[in-house]
Amino acid sequence: MPAPPPNRAKHTHRTSRLVNIGIPYLWLGLFFLLPFAIVLQISLAEPALAQPPYTALWQWVDEGLLRIEINLRNFMMVAEDDLYLSALLNSLQVAFICTLLCLLLGYPMAYAIATAPERWRIILLMLIVLPFWTSFLIRVYAWIGILKSKGLLNDLLIWLGLIDTPLAILHTQTAIYIGVVYSYLPFMILPLYANLSRLDMSLLEAAADLGCRPMRAFLRVTLPLSMAGILAGSMLVFIPVVGEFVIPDLLGGPESLMVGKLLWTEFFSNKDWPLASALAILLLALLVVPFVMMQRLQQRIEGGRP
Amino acid sequence: MTFGDCMQRTSTALALVLSAALPTYSAISFADETLHLYNWSDYVAEDTLSGFASATGIRPRLDVYDSNEVLEAKLFAGSSGYDLVFPTARPFAARHIAADLYLPLDKSKLPGLDQLDPAIMSQLASIDPENAHLVPYMWGTSGLGINRDKVQAALGESADLDTWALIFDPETAAKLGACGISLLDDPTEVFSAALAYLGKDPNSLDKADLDAASALIKAIHPQVRYFHSSQYMSDLANGDLCVAMGYSGDVFQAQSRAEEADKGVVVDYVIPREGAPVWTDVMAIPKDAPNPAAAHAFIAYMLQPAAIAAVSNAVYYANPNLAATPLLEDAVRDDPAIYPPAEVKARLFVPSERSDREIRDLNRLWTRLKANR
Repeated sequence: MPAPPPNRAKHTHRTSRLVNIGIPYLWLGLFFLLPFAIVLQISLAEPALAQPPYTALWQWVDEGLLRIEINLRNFMMVAEDDLYLSALLNSLQVAFICTLLCLLLGYPMAYAIATAPERWRIILLMLIVLPFWTSFLIRVYAWIGILKSKGLLNDLLIWLGLIDTPLAILHTQTAIYIGVVYSYLPFMILPLYANLSRLDMSLLEAAADLGCRPMRAFLRVTLPLSMAGILAGSMLVFIPVVGEFVIPDLLGGPESLMVGKLLWTEFFSNKDWPLASALAILLLALLVVPFVMMQRLQQRIEGGRP
Repeated sequence: MTFGDCMQRTSTALALVLSAALPTYSAISFADETLHLYNWSDYVAEDTLSGFASATGIRPRLDVYDSNEVLEAKLFAGSSGYDLVFPTARPFAARHIAADLYLPLDKSKLPGLDQLDPAIMSQLASIDPENAHLVPYMWGTSGLGINRDKVQAALGESADLDTWALIFDPETAAKLGACGISLLDDPTEVFSAALAYLGKDPNSLDKADLDAASALIKAIHPQVRYFHSSQYMSDLANGDLCVAMGYSGDVFQAQSRAEEADKGVVVDYVIPREGAPVWTDVMAIPKDAPNPAAAHAFIAYMLQPAAIAAVSNAVYYANPNLAATPLLEDAVRDDPAIYPPAEVKARLFVPSERSDREIRDLNRLWTRLKANR
């Protein structure tokens, strides 16, 4: 039977474990739970002409009498008005299609980078990362210059003789797809690359030795092993795109109603912070569900591995 | 490799990327006194800020916005950090006064207030009793910016150009849609213009009237390229739009940009004969302004006829300072679209105040209309 470790070592071990666990919890509490609680509180208030523009949730009326007013009308309004539902559905549709497009474009790129010779990899990765050095806003703005009716794309197509009249792309849903896929593609490529670069190539050699064709080897070996990267990349694209505001605002048209834009309208034009908060809470709830589902799926994938 | 690993490696890569991409803020001021201004984009003359700095020794810093809503959100959130803001009087500044967001002015520090147009001051007094908080800065109209050549090519040489029919008559709009129509992203302005075109009270909140205006906007919706409150400036100047409902001065700036570019684009501004909204932008000091004394100094500087005349000459908006009128360039003073003659002025209308409930209903209606639902 080994001797018990000295008391002091045990003590520092426990402290460091506490710190290790405590910091992420503190972080979550400070930057997620607290803001969430504030937004939740505002979503239960009523709009008012004051600073800040909503009523207090509770007030001390008298000694010992605490009056709490909870207003559920904001949530009821969001549920009753089909405007919000259709905006939400449209946002989900845009996010889904864009995630799929990013995956289809990003997977071959990530695969090519991961299998490229060592000295090329860093250059190729730099090329993926390079756009981040220019402000996101400016890059989205640049697409206006490319897509507008007298823009670079239309001028090129007319010059090539492919079309006679300019295509109306800017201010349509298509422009949003282009802008989103362009902006979020690196968020798909980077986790996929991180995953694929660790892929053990000898597995593919073994598959080939055993008579497996490359396509089948890809489907049976590479794809299942890169599932974690696909999930990570898809979430990094899907979740922010659902609430995306800048791209639909700059590139979208009046008919492309997305939930981020609607939030802006409630918050700024209507000065209705409580309703905007209720919408944000529902959006969050809606995004947490797929996240949890993904995590379950992930656990199943890992559990199924030998 | 697990999902967690993957996220972790990605986030490390992202952190690296983002830290490299973060802008470096080097503009730390060492001046004794700083004035933080929050104003509309393109709304001062080139020498306004430098002139103020050399006259007072106070260092001005200017941030800009392009919608009242953005300014309003900052004011209602509090601690905006700005000393002087430039909201539109109605309905915005009126609402801010009701919510007690502004500091009463110390008029002893503002010589020159008496030179301001009494008509404008008395009109402002209805939302700001005794003109205690607001000093008018510029005023203008919301009318139509027109690419005359393109409109005439589509409608014929003899077509009437001074009418809201260009955008609100479905047949006319259908002819102009291809070369581009834009509307302001502002329900109050667009509804009042539509109501004026229909010959109804532009401030009407009557359900039948609003339904009629909604139907009108719905009918022309397919022809509207976008609803936006500043984008049309560059698009008009580039010839990308045929007709834009816009703020007078913004259209004039598009006009002068088109002249500078010299690509044969001619932009005109018209006040439609059915009448048009008129608005006044004011200066006001937020209650929690860090430096209200400097804000007073800036207002006092802008009350000097030469300083405010320079702004009007630069941005083509009319100013309320009667003593500044002789100092204006002839092209500005004599332009009936900037300083409209009395008979045109009679057709302009002031938007009326609305309750929060009415604003919310109007905005909801507007969101639906824009989304064509």
